[in-house]
Amino acid sequence: MSLRSPLSKVLGRGSAKNGVGHWWAQRVTASALILLTAWFVIALLSLPALDYASVAAWVHAPLSAVLLSLLVGTLVYHSQLGVQVVVEDYVASKGIKVLTMLIVNFVHVLLGALGVFAVLRVAFGAAV
Amino acid sequence: MAKRERPLSPFMHYRWQYTNTLSILHRLTGLFLAFGLIALVYWLVALAGGPEQYADAAAVLSSPLGNLALVAWSLSFFYHFLNGIRHLFWDAGHGFELKVARQTGWATFIGAIVLTAIFWTVLAVQMGGAA
Repeated sequence: MSLRSPLSKVLGRGSAKNGVGHWWAQRVTASALILLTAWFVIALLSLPALDYASVAAWVHAPLSAVLLSLLVGTLVYHSQLGVQVVVEDYVASKGIKVLTMLIVNFVHVLLGALGVFAVLRVAFGAAV
Repeated sequence: MAKRERPLSPFMHYRWQYTNTLSILHRLTGLFLAFGLIALVYWLVALAGGPEQYADAAAVLSSPLGNLALVAWSLSFFYHFLNGIRHLFWDAGHGFELKVARQTGWATFIGAIVLTAIFWTVLAVQMGGAA
């Protein structure tokens, strides 16, 4: 006889109270990053030079602005998921773990917002 | 009666192999790359700030310490990139055979070094040999 409720059986979530969302998100962002980072490296190396004018003109173009924003957003998401696992594995104390995760999450959101805003500012600014 | 050998926890007797080194490296490079995000965002924010701020950031990034960090980040990136693809194939249930796993392990390790070398060579040519 099982004492688990029918709802609990259907959700199948166990004591972690979490499904496979984290695992999947890590794989989906990883797959997206294969494409986005490959594009970024090739695009960067294809620029005539890495001076202000060349880079700003590149970021100003719609396609690169959108892909760069997606790159920053996906990188931040993937990084947050990865660092979270490291913190969960190695930080034993519950209090320090929660505090570390708060800081990690805040920093990631801040980096994402700064990165996307910077790209959009160049994209919507005057052509260089 | 002879004392029976008690089972040991895996980490007490697993032989150290390059395959587990590669696995640990995936996590280490990932964590290191998280700090690289700060550099990427710093570069983008400087770009948005205009030519002078960009020149300042470029000077920081092309200083000896900046260059060292960028080389380390690029090597970490290419390793994490290639090994990540290896992990995705494992997630799909492929490449677990010992021979295949070892071959892809070596390919990842050597591939990361080769890609980093190509990346910096192209970058040096792009910057007119001034990199």
